[in-house]
Amino acid sequence: MASMRYETRIRATADEVWRVVTEPTSIVDWFPGIVSCVVDDKLRTITTATGLELPEEILTNDPLLRRFAYRVTLPIFKFHLGVIDVIELSPEESLCIYSTTAEPDVMALIIAGGTKGALEEIKRLAESKAEAN
Amino acid sequence: MGRKILFITTDQQRYDTLGVNGGQLSRTPTLDQLAREGIRYERCQPASVVCMPSRASILTGQYPSMHGSWMNGVPLAIDAPSVAESLHDAGYATALIGKAHFEPFMDPFGRFVENSLASLGIPTVDQPCYDGRQGVHRGFDHLEFATHGVLGSLHYAKWMNEQHPDAISGFYAVIDGDLNVNAAGGGDSNAPQVKLNPVAREWYHTDWVADRTIAWLNQQDSDADWFCWMSFPDPHHPWDPPASEVGRVPWREVPLPNNYPERASEREALLDAKARHWRAWYDGKVVSNYEAPAHWVPATLTSDQVREVNALNAVEVELIDEAIAKVLHAVDAKGWGDDVDVIFTTDHGELQGDFGLLFKGPYHVDGLLRLPLIWRPARATMPVPSVVHAPVSLVSLAATFLDVAGQPAPAWVEAAALPRSDEEARARSFDATITEWDSSLFGVDVHVRSLVTEQYLYTEYQKGTMHDGSEGELYVLAEDPLQRVNRFSDPAMASVRANLSEVLRAHELRPGERAQPGTLLAPV
Repeated sequence: MASMRYETRIRATADEVWRVVTEPTSIVDWFPGIVSCVVDDKLRTITTATGLELPEEILTNDPLLRRFAYRVTLPIFKFHLGVIDVIELSPEESLCIYSTTAEPDVMALIIAGGTKGALEEIKRLAESKAEAN
Repeated sequence: MGRKILFITTDQQRYDTLGVNGGQLSRTPTLDQLAREGIRYERCQPASVVCMPSRASILTGQYPSMHGSWMNGVPLAIDAPSVAESLHDAGYATALIGKAHFEPFMDPFGRFVENSLASLGIPTVDQPCYDGRQGVHRGFDHLEFATHGVLGSLHYAKWMNEQHPDAISGFYAVIDGDLNVNAAGGGDSNAPQVKLNPVAREWYHTDWVADRTIAWLNQQDSDADWFCWMSFPDPHHPWDPPASEVGRVPWREVPLPNNYPERASEREALLDAKARHWRAWYDGKVVSNYEAPAHWVPATLTSDQVREVNALNAVEVELIDEAIAKVLHAVDAKGWGDDVDVIFTTDHGELQGDFGLLFKGPYHVDGLLRLPLIWRPARATMPVPSVVHAPVSLVSLAATFLDVAGQPAPAWVEAAALPRSDEEARARSFDATITEWDSSLFGVDVHVRSLVTEQYLYTEYQKGTMHDGSEGELYVLAEDPLQRVNRFSDPAMASVRANLSEVLRAHELRPGERAQPGTLLAPV
């Protein structure tokens, strides 16, 4: 089991960042390589630019804690847990943390590599929305 | 109309696998002939002994510490300099067909262009250039990708899955269920990464790369200037060439390599004379890098396994030589025979049994460092055949391509164009090459700098998980061509070592605008 974490400071309120992260199908806008997303209650199925379909189970979507947790249910994962936390640093700034724990270990590295790019896009989207407001 | 450039690379090929370099196993008449007509380099070294940093150095003309792709799995920045971009700007049609690997393979999301193009069904996409403009991906108008097998999302895998799905299972599974490099054995000797592959030869990736190259060349106007990087995935492991070809080199008749002592005690004594991570890997105590199977212990390697791996490697080298012949024939048929510069090399070597080891890692000896390099300038330029003994680096290739195209070397290139003779090498101070290694994976980090001169191979291990910063290796190449006697701690070599160390310090302190070191985003 391997665990990795990336984080970024965002010049936007925690609520604005949280909205970007949890808009049901918005992952297409901020996770590089994801080209489509279908949400059915607790099940989210994403399709990547390589044509791969990844079924996921949404475990936590807590607006008070601002924590979103999910797991990929593809059999190649012996374990997967992805967690996005949005933490208020000040009325104008927040911290977004994207954690990945997975087995096989190599999968944690691969998935976390994607989450690094995702954080950059979340930051870009949230800051552009904050500026527009 | 200028000179056209056919740049041919293989992956993980030793210097001594070519007949013209003294190789005895493979018949390589095409490459041998190119060498006789042109320039053969006796001491060519890569900037790194793994694929991504080395290939990025070819493209950028920079060392990994400058371009930022410091280990496999760290993508070259999308706006890194690119010699293909310079050639594109100079009016050249540009293509890369085969293995690129400037971006990680393990990318299920397809967020890297190399992994998404085949699915998108387009030849390239626009990306930012180093100077802020938009341009075709890394300067290439046309991209068709292949790698060492049929898994993944590259063009060759897609083609095989669509056209020959029944042949897929014949290939070796490069990655195991835990996504590590597979240690499973095969063939007659149960050697790792070996399999008898029933795939038809014409469906194997070597012929596919040649066929797709010919298809692209045939689309070019007769008077067009072009730069084509034809990049074969072989003879990199897995060693699973088409079974129909395996009989070319009967493995039981293959002699053991000069640097593979059959007695374990002799191998172990040689390893113990080197820095500590050599023996630690051999004994299965540490795997410092992803490129060798995580669950394979080199000490278990048998003589028969070395023979079989070397035989299959030789078969793959022969198939590449024949594929090159096919492409050169197509070039002649287009009427370009006198106008094409052909440059052949590889990205790094392979231990292939040396010291009882296979694969690659932070082990800077000739098996990994010394590469085949041949440059056959366009016949129209009346090239003078020569052999260059001075040390040269793959980092010089970018400037060489631009020189062939009549273009000045841009400021971002760190090395001058290749010399064409020893006289020219002396006059232009080609006296040393540097190879870098940096890795940090699952708690093990290793940092190595090596220097090759005409006389010495010198390595310093910087502080890391297994080294305290005091270890090193020093080999006197003329008297110890197999690098068995480490004279790093020999008092008689103190002044030599000090001088060589000073060159490495100067390299570390060299001026230049270094890219931010990239982030490790995948194991490879």
